[in-house]
Amino acid sequence: MSLSLDQVRRIAELSRIELAPGEAERSREQLNGIFGLIEAMQAVDTAGVAPMAHARDLAQRLREDRVSETDRHADFQKVAPEAEAGLYLVPKVIE
Amino acid sequence: MIHASLKELAAALAGKKISSVELTSLHLERIVRLNPQLNAFITVDPEKSLAMARAADARLARGEGGPLTGIPLAHKDIFCAEGWLTTCGSKMLSNFVSPYDATVIERFKAAGTVTLGKTNMDEFAMGSSNETSFYGPVKNPWDTAAVPGGSSGGSAAAVAARLAPAATGTDTGGSIRQPAALCGLTGLKPTYGVVSRWGMIAFASSLDQAGPMARSAEDCALLLNAMAGFDPRDSTSLERPAEDYAGDLEKPLAGLKIGLPKEFFAEGLSAEVAQAVEAAIAEYRRLGAVTVEVSLPNMKLSVPAYYVIAPAEASSNLSRFDGVRYGHRAPQYGDLADMYCKSRAQGFGAEVKRRILIGTYVLSHGYYDAYYLQAQRIRRLIATDFSQAFKSCDLIMGPTSPTAAFALGAKAADPVQMYLSDIYTIAVNLAGLPGMSIPCGFGAGKRPVGLQIIGDYFAESRMLNAAHQYQRATDWHARAPEL
Amino acid sequence: MSLANWEIVIGLETHAQLNTASKIFSGASTAFGAAPNSQACAVDIALPGVLPVLNRGAVERAIRFGLAVGGRIAPRSVFARKNYFYPDLPKGYQISQYELPVVSGGGLSIKVGLPDTAEEKFVRLTRAHLEEDAGKSLHEDFHGRSGIDLNRAGTPLLEIVSEPDMRSAAEAVAYAKALHALVRWIGICDGNMQEGSFRCDANVSVRPKGSDTLGTRREIKNLNSFRFLQQAIEYEARWQIETLEDGGRIHQATVLFDPDTGETRAMRSKEEAHDYRYFPDPDLLPLEIAPAWIDAVKAALPELPEAMKARFERDYGLSAYDAGTLTAARETAAYFEQAAVLGNAKLCANWMMGELTARLNREEKDIAAAPISPAQLAGLVARLADGTLSGKMAKEVFDALWGGEGQDADAIIEARGLKQISDSGALEKIIDEVLAANPKSVEEFRAGKEKAFNALVGQAMKATRGKANPQQVNELLKKKLGA
Repeated sequence: MSLSLDQVRRIAELSRIELAPGEAERSREQLNGIFGLIEAMQAVDTAGVAPMAHARDLAQRLREDRVSETDRHADFQKVAPEAEAGLYLVPKVIE
Repeated sequence: MIHASLKELAAALAGKKISSVELTSLHLERIVRLNPQLNAFITVDPEKSLAMARAADARLARGEGGPLTGIPLAHKDIFCAEGWLTTCGSKMLSNFVSPYDATVIERFKAAGTVTLGKTNMDEFAMGSSNETSFYGPVKNPWDTAAVPGGSSGGSAAAVAARLAPAATGTDTGGSIRQPAALCGLTGLKPTYGVVSRWGMIAFASSLDQAGPMARSAEDCALLLNAMAGFDPRDSTSLERPAEDYAGDLEKPLAGLKIGLPKEFFAEGLSAEVAQAVEAAIAEYRRLGAVTVEVSLPNMKLSVPAYYVIAPAEASSNLSRFDGVRYGHRAPQYGDLADMYCKSRAQGFGAEVKRRILIGTYVLSHGYYDAYYLQAQRIRRLIATDFSQAFKSCDLIMGPTSPTAAFALGAKAADPVQMYLSDIYTIAVNLAGLPGMSIPCGFGAGKRPVGLQIIGDYFAESRMLNAAHQYQRATDWHARAPEL
Repeated sequence: MSLANWEIVIGLETHAQLNTASKIFSGASTAFGAAPNSQACAVDIALPGVLPVLNRGAVERAIRFGLAVGGRIAPRSVFARKNYFYPDLPKGYQISQYELPVVSGGGLSIKVGLPDTAEEKFVRLTRAHLEEDAGKSLHEDFHGRSGIDLNRAGTPLLEIVSEPDMRSAAEAVAYAKALHALVRWIGICDGNMQEGSFRCDANVSVRPKGSDTLGTRREIKNLNSFRFLQQAIEYEARWQIETLEDGGRIHQATVLFDPDTGETRAMRSKEEAHDYRYFPDPDLLPLEIAPAWIDAVKAALPELPEAMKARFERDYGLSAYDAGTLTAARETAAYFEQAAVLGNAKLCANWMMGELTARLNREEKDIAAAPISPAQLAGLVARLADGTLSGKMAKEVFDALWGGEGQDADAIIEARGLKQISDSGALEKIIDEVLAANPKSVEEFRAGKEKAFNALVGQAMKATRGKANPQQVNELLKKKLGA
């Protein structure tokens, strides 16, 4: 299998990563090298094997419904690129 | 003092032979002197460190010290530490001063340790050579032309060069064990869920696990005692009774059954590593252990499966870095989408972008089953291989890394070659098992070689026992590089 | 355009905010209306290193819902990440459920049409799953930028997905109303549509009558009132039919409803074909719900409206319509039942649906805030039933109770001297006086003028200042006049 340039551009767009001129071509070559390594997996017959999403087959622990957090927005917004009146500012959101 | 074990340091502190301020200053001075050639630290803040040291001295004076009170430690820059720059080795977080503490940091604070600084690392822990850091590569103290391994390369170099008595690391596919091996240290990746992930910047959540990096198994045991424990803020943290990981150190090894997977001693393993590992196993036999051959037939698939699962999780974990609430935002951009695309393109380095692209691809429509799901099934096969193997042995041993430290730049341009350097460590993360690396010799040019010890779930004490007994019989772990 | 040739097919996806105290994955408060970002904690703003921990209260409410609609509660369900970038989505993914939702199946009965000709219809539910709400983008002017408030981010949502079983806007509204009533009934959602606690997305398609394949659907997003739901579907269906009749094609799209114009329009944001790359959230292990938990929730579940309606008809002799009206909301039903058990159930029902509802509507009050308690209403109708009060007097007592005068109807009757004169001796005396004072009317009545009788009744009532029982007056007059 081999990724096309369009596929590289498409996944870059989905990932919100701008590609510099020529970068798609370079990335494509490297990605195809890596997928060459990954391909080894494809030949394996895994019929009937349950996928393993977590390191341990355990159930989720739940927390009680209790408010434990206080207002820390001033602390948090000290590291914000742009904030005003308690809000994070971004370029106009168009729906 | 710089070569002392944590136990010796604690005794010196308790006996007023040295104060925490003195001990901290000693290491800070070494950092000032030696860090420029090693680049092991991203952030050092002597004022903060000394304030912690003074507090520790006061605590010791009140007689309220614990086994680690007053001991300075270096923390991988993946752990959020309140008031400290926490970069994860990335330009993306080059301006991020954390407003909160990771559980690991919190627990070490509670134990009275001193933070010496934040150590360099591969960007977002993605790398095996510490060359992907935005803050530049770390040099191996044993040979500054060689890599220290990664991703916890800064922690490894700092401890090996005696810039810190011990350090924290994290291990997603070998990031504690491989740099420990390449820098001649003892490093332990615990069973998944033993150490809380809260505040540890996520790379691949189902694989990430924090652990100690130190000069001996005994030091690791003391550090793990502080790090491990249930944390209600991490859903994957395990509720288990507290365990003294130093409790079994002195047990004799007679009758210990060591499994040697034939796949670990096959093609791809360098002769010098093979030799050192085999010598170590011979030493274990002398110590009373018996060896059996075991098989991990699917181990060769661990690298492919890992390079699907880890990037898939990472691509999603790293979506929060969008330049909206913290982190790098491009200075110039057009609309919202452009702001995202430029901020992320500028904030992430090449390896991180590469893995985000791989992860996005394997999760995308039409490819999910063939890649992500197939990788998860292979993950199951690998975990099953280990549980089969542990039916006939107590611990598994083999090499940590196929080679000793390689030259800086040697694999930087070839991701596939770089990925294959984790071939012996990755399977352990996929299965969620504990693994460690201990020094067992040297290759050419005094480059250390590591022996990997893998245990069944929660076998940390047993692994530390085996490592400690070996370290009582040998002195590889006590050797220090000349700088 | 000929509507008669087309069939409209509608399915609804409803987001009900669950009324937990804290968020679904964090300990931040869910209270509405706080200062921007003051209720967005480290987890909600997705700081690096934070982790989600699921709120038991949210799961419990999902179970309640599943039981109430007769759905299946999954013994094991999975949280997945839905990946997309948006500034109100801090992690760059929404934690939701995808392949294995917590509830599947079940359904709701709805009634469409006028009370006496209403048809009952069963709308099947596909599933209901737990997920987190997003924050809000505020478009007020911040120098041409949007402000992001993440207080709502992480509020628990139950997304309830119906089958495409509805065939008109009226049916969709009836379904939405029934669902709205149910979630409030079982106490899982406050149902406040202005505050966005209950909002619908409508999937609308049209097809030629008789066709059994579904047309291409468009999804109308975020309808937060029943009126908008109705208007949006009507407009959208008409638009689709016109487009098709003009030879056009419908393309799958997400559209917004503009309440000002009453029209729907495609979203302006560049709609790259979404690829959400769902995968199991590695931070959250599978959610397991033990049968014992389901049993406990079942035991604590209130009687459901359908069952209560049947019981009201059976036990209190109410008409189906009255029983339906009184079980539209749990508070109403509880009020009725508290009054009805004291006797005179039908009269209680009449007064609740008449005077009480009218007054509540006029003063825009909820039944929970009614100044007259169920016991007071029962006391009032008891005096009406035993003839103590005339209808007119009862209204006076009702007003007095509403105004907070007197503890109960009897106290007001006493204080105001409102008792009907039922002592026939006293009444007879008054009637004799009336007859004596009105010889002309008596004569006219005897001459066959029925109207004259009414005049006499009026005079008698006047003479008693309305305290006579009109029926008794009638009877006595007839007797005296030998009629």
